[in-house]
Amino acid sequence: MPIEILMPALSPTMEEGNLSKWLKNEGDKVVAGDVIAEIETDKATMEVEAVDEGTIAKIVVPAGTEGVKVNAVIAVLAVDGEDVDKAGEGIGEEPAKAETAAPAPAAAKSEAAAPVAAAPKTEIAADPDIPAGTEMVSTTVREALRDAMAEEMRRDGDVFVMGEEVAEYQGAYKITQGLLQEFGPRRVVDTPITEHGFAGVGVGAAMAGLKPIVEFMTFNFAMQAIDQIINSAAKTLYMSGGQMGAPIVFRGPNGAAARVAAQHSQCYAAWYSHIPGLKVVMPYTAADAKGLLKAAIRDPNPVIFLENEILYGQSFDVPKLDDFVLPIGKARIHKQGKDVTIVSFGIGMTYAIKAEAELRGMGIDAEIIDLRSIRPLDFDTIIASVKKTNRLIVVEEGFPQSSVGDHIANQVSQRAFDFLDAPVITVAGKDVPMPYAANLEKLALPNIGEVVEAVKAVTYR
Amino acid sequence: MATAARKAPAKSVKSSGLSAPKPADFTKDEELAAYRHMLLIRRFEEKAGQLYGMGFIGGFCHLYIGQEAVVTGMKMALIDGDQMITAYRDHGHMLAMELSPRGVMAELTGRRGGLSKGKGGSMHMFSKEKHFYGGHGIVGAQVSLGTGLAFANRYRENKNVSLTYFGDGAANQGQVYESFNMASLWKLPVIFIIENNRYAMGTSVSRSSAETDFSHRGASFKIPGIQVDGMDVRAVKAAADLATEWCRAGNGPLILEMQTYRYRGHSMSDPAKYRSKEEVQKMRSEHDPIEQVKARLIDKKWASEDELKTIDKEVRDIVADAADFAQNDAEPDPSELWTDIVL
Repeated sequence: MPIEILMPALSPTMEEGNLSKWLKNEGDKVVAGDVIAEIETDKATMEVEAVDEGTIAKIVVPAGTEGVKVNAVIAVLAVDGEDVDKAGEGIGEEPAKAETAAPAPAAAKSEAAAPVAAAPKTEIAADPDIPAGTEMVSTTVREALRDAMAEEMRRDGDVFVMGEEVAEYQGAYKITQGLLQEFGPRRVVDTPITEHGFAGVGVGAAMAGLKPIVEFMTFNFAMQAIDQIINSAAKTLYMSGGQMGAPIVFRGPNGAAARVAAQHSQCYAAWYSHIPGLKVVMPYTAADAKGLLKAAIRDPNPVIFLENEILYGQSFDVPKLDDFVLPIGKARIHKQGKDVTIVSFGIGMTYAIKAEAELRGMGIDAEIIDLRSIRPLDFDTIIASVKKTNRLIVVEEGFPQSSVGDHIANQVSQRAFDFLDAPVITVAGKDVPMPYAANLEKLALPNIGEVVEAVKAVTYR
Repeated sequence: MATAARKAPAKSVKSSGLSAPKPADFTKDEELAAYRHMLLIRRFEEKAGQLYGMGFIGGFCHLYIGQEAVVTGMKMALIDGDQMITAYRDHGHMLAMELSPRGVMAELTGRRGGLSKGKGGSMHMFSKEKHFYGGHGIVGAQVSLGTGLAFANRYRENKNVSLTYFGDGAANQGQVYESFNMASLWKLPVIFIIENNRYAMGTSVSRSSAETDFSHRGASFKIPGIQVDGMDVRAVKAAADLATEWCRAGNGPLILEMQTYRYRGHSMSDPAKYRSKEEVQKMRSEHDPIEQVKARLIDKKWASEDELKTIDKEVRDIVADAADFAQNDAEPDPSELWTDIVL
């Protein structure tokens, strides 16, 4: 039997990649360990090694093909004794492009591995912060974040970025790509793996008047630094009677990625939102990521900027404006509706948006609010919406106890009780450490069905 | 910065050729200034202890009595813009950095005229104007922060130095070594001043530290260190001159282990049963930093007993004024509860 060489998954969240280069041709002999191709993911260009010995019988996916799905057949290897000419027959007749590749054995796996990836593109309600007629450019969240940092670093020489792998490696998730080349090692600083220490160094530099952007490779690692974030960064302004604060941004991916289990999968939105002295931002779209990161860098307070690995590669329209800065603390109505209000933020928005599409089919017109900022929290927008719809659902990936949704439910019950026609329902992650197994992970996260059911419950359907 | 720093090999402890310098030869004016500054700290702290006992000061209150020579000698080597940061035993550091005694004392009593408007207390005071960066209540946290101050100096390419103080207890915290690593890697102008007063709260150095020579604590990071007689202000000044020059010349960090002693308990509520009265008495009678200066002034006939009494009187008046202000100033306005949280 000829061996099918499949498109490999090269990161926890990779679903597809570009086959940039073949290093072997049809007819070449390979042994295990030979580099046969180069694949470009959204994070890096990686070499693919042969696992088996044989002869390349057929290259199914030509070099330069973009959007090749994980587990699609990219080549066929004839093993010893097989007819090289016949080995590739019948395989890969259809191009393994993004839309058509149907890797049967992997379908279940990839679906489970990234259950919330690739949210459908919905019509986003016009953002009042963007002037009508502004040209929009499709941009990934990753590019938007990078652009925000680069623009602010050009604007203010006191802004610098520090963290693990931010400079020479170009960012563990490529968020700082190109910054070292433009700004040099004085302003793009690779740190040792030492979160507690470099968070403190960043806060000290901020107290001295610089404006550091501290990247955590993930916010899970910021647990080691949380004392400096809370006790030093958040409290100094108050403890000094207003004399001295810390203008600093702590940013990085937050929440569950895919299949990285308990220690690498948790949402810190509720944790940091607890702390007076901090601002907490958690954008969903690329436009919000850009406008809010620029705002965070200019903000004189410590800002926790929570990103999401799964969203990094997703594209959104970003306004082409010279200086696009959004206000921290203001929610955005993602979609207008009249029957029920669904509040979410960050990657939670993907569930809300997909559920909304289903609800529309059932004749329920949901309003979706993207909080964007968790602290300060825009209760005015939520309460105005509740006064219209009289029903509220909050969706988030974080743990359920003392969640952002719990806080919203409490405040809405105090401030708008008479407007509620049903209890507020919170849809959150399950009250368990994140499991590794694909099926359990899927169960631990919220899902669209839960959001739909919650809406049906509050609309008495 | 990081790349550039890596290219220049740091001098190792052995090759640095550094050793404790001889105590500085003080002029008459320097002796008198040191006497006055140390006496102000001592009298201030004695008054703070008294006010604590009277219920005017609450919470934790850590007195600096016995350790006065450390901050006083270090301050004598500073130039404008040099920063200081320390932990919670901070009153002496603030007085050395010329923060107002009234402001410090009123902060201790939690009044609106306190340096932090009464919202920080004994452990949390700051002055941007005087380059004093706190006043930190979490043991060891100030070491990373002080390294960050040095990072800012390097970033701005100025000649300033960060004086980062911590105790023998904090010297066992993990982030201290994370900071050592970065400070040495990036050649940051920071002097790590370890005030070894022999007890981390109630645990003696020998019971808490595998390596009790704290000047060696930077060895793994190629940071040279020197042991200094922290009870002799001239020895401290000489070490401070050496260390500030070392940092200003771009050599990176340096450790000064100040061998000192606190006469009082760890805080006001510590009866200090972990050490003998004789041990304390021996330090007070044989090594007191203020008495040493006083003896030299009289010995060299640079000041008479009467002249020294005049200084004592002036210092007492300053402290009495601060205490009077701190007891009579109004409490913060209730509206202050909600200010200074975010800008």
